[in-house]
Amino acid sequence: MYSEILLEHFRNPRNMGRMEKPDGVGKVGNPACGDVMHIYIKVGKNSSGEEIIEDIKFETFGCAAAIGTSSMVTELAKGKTLEEAEKISKEDVAEAVGGLPPIKMHCSLLATKGLRKAIEDYRRKKGDAGEGGEDSGDSQEG
Amino acid sequence: MRAYLDYASTTPLDERVLEAMLPWLREHYANPTGIYSLCQKAKQAVEGAREKVAELVGASAQEIVFTSSGTEACNLAIKGYALANRRRGRRIVVSAVEHMAVLEACRAMESQGFSVSVAGVDEHGCVTPEKLEQALDRDTLLVAVQLANNEIGTVQEIKELAEIAHEHGAAFFCDACIANGSIPIDVEKLDVELLAISAHKMYGPKGAGALYIAKGTRVEPLLHGGGQEHGYRSGTENVPAIVGFGRACEIAAEEMEEEAERLRRMRDEMVRRVMSEVEDVRLNGHPERRLPGNANFAFAYIEGESLVLELDFAGVSVSTGSACTSPTLEPSHVLTAIGLSRAQAHGSLRVTLGRFTTQEEVEHFLSVLPGVVERLRRISPFKRGGEGYV
Ligand code: FES
Repeated sequence: MYSEILLEHFRNPRNMGRMEKPDGVGKVGNPACGDVMHIYIKVGKNSSGEEIIEDIKFETFGCAAAIGTSSMVTELAKGKTLEEAEKISKEDVAEAVGGLPPIKMHCSLLATKGLRKAIEDYRRKKGDAGEGGEDSGDSQEG
Repeated sequence: MRAYLDYASTTPLDERVLEAMLPWLREHYANPTGIYSLCQKAKQAVEGAREKVAELVGASAQEIVFTSSGTEACNLAIKGYALANRRRGRRIVVSAVEHMAVLEACRAMESQGFSVSVAGVDEHGCVTPEKLEQALDRDTLLVAVQLANNEIGTVQEIKELAEIAHEHGAAFFCDACIANGSIPIDVEKLDVELLAISAHKMYGPKGAGALYIAKGTRVEPLLHGGGQEHGYRSGTENVPAIVGFGRACEIAAEEMEEEAERLRRMRDEMVRRVMSEVEDVRLNGHPERRLPGNANFAFAYIEGESLVLELDFAGVSVSTGSACTSPTLEPSHVLTAIGLSRAQAHGSLRVTLGRFTTQEEVEHFLSVLPGVVERLRRISPFKRGGEGYV
């Protein structure tokens, strides 16, 4: 049912855990089956001054595909510019884990949504910096 | 080491059953319907098995119809009874925790002009007389309640419920597929008109089931053809599987009592240790009135498919009612019926022991479980005392 790559990420997830003082948080819930994923990012700059994902972490309450794709999306996003990271699609993630059963594509979608939401959250906080936008990114809808 | 703890899913074939089946797979291939001696021998084998099956459930042999599975037996009971007795009423009442074979067979009858009412259960999964009364009306022709639940193991008070159904003029169908061979069954004492059983849940082969149809109960066949099984189920008999089913029933009759005692003790001790060695876990189902080999847990903050896969890597075969493992992405209807939230149902784990389960297997499960739960809890955003988990 699952590829070796996915199972390997499930068993040895990369970038797993909570992040202290993240720059952005994406909390998403899976409307399909009820799972929950949190993605935390720290934003830095690369040598050309573009904003990049310097560090990223995830926490997931869900199936092996959800855990495996969360792990994979953090790997794919790390070091990328925010624009590049935003473009990561559920297909990109599914391909990177060596394919997913059709019924598990929504788990991959959840991972990419979590990432986008974290970036959105970062931008919003930056936009209204100093105005106490600390609690954004909390909504649970997918 | 491999610990197979999923007996409620299917049981291994007992060697003694296999031995009984082999001649009927090899040399005795004749069709029981023919009139020459080879056929008559096959016929006798089928009839011998019928007697053994009948004896285990307290029926007479003429009241047993062999089917291809428990699912077919459930379908024959519900559809066959409804179609043959449509003048008696148009409502079928089922419990909320029935097996899919029963629920879906009922749903299929909706297109035939029948309506279905669901009787709820209490937090242990018991259909109470009050809940059944509420769902019943004068138009009810059939009530279906299982003897025991395949997920949480809860055993129902069938006799009491059948009495209520009869008071309302309805017949009673009892799905006993998961219970047969684990606890004693007597159709006379239960006072039911229809009862379904299955071979592969009791160390017999897959591909054999049976329906008890009480004398005088009218049932319309679903399969038409050569008129086998007194016309209730056409199709050449699966002789080896039926012989195996008979042998399995014979062994169960001899060993059930002692086996149930052993399983109950092993299960109780396992439950006690899981509850004491892992935090934030609940036992689903009834504290006492449950099948001897059944345990069903809900581990907070984690999801069952991950749990089952992790345990599989550690050499343990178990199952879950999590939405993530279901083709519809819905959590188990049994777990939601007893009041578990989606999140709680997510963390469910069914562990079922059986005839060949050893203490070593249970020990192996107990030794790997806390670590596996702990690892998945580290990945989860939900923590003990934290927010968001409902
Ligand atoms: S998270 Fe539920 S199916 Fe993947």
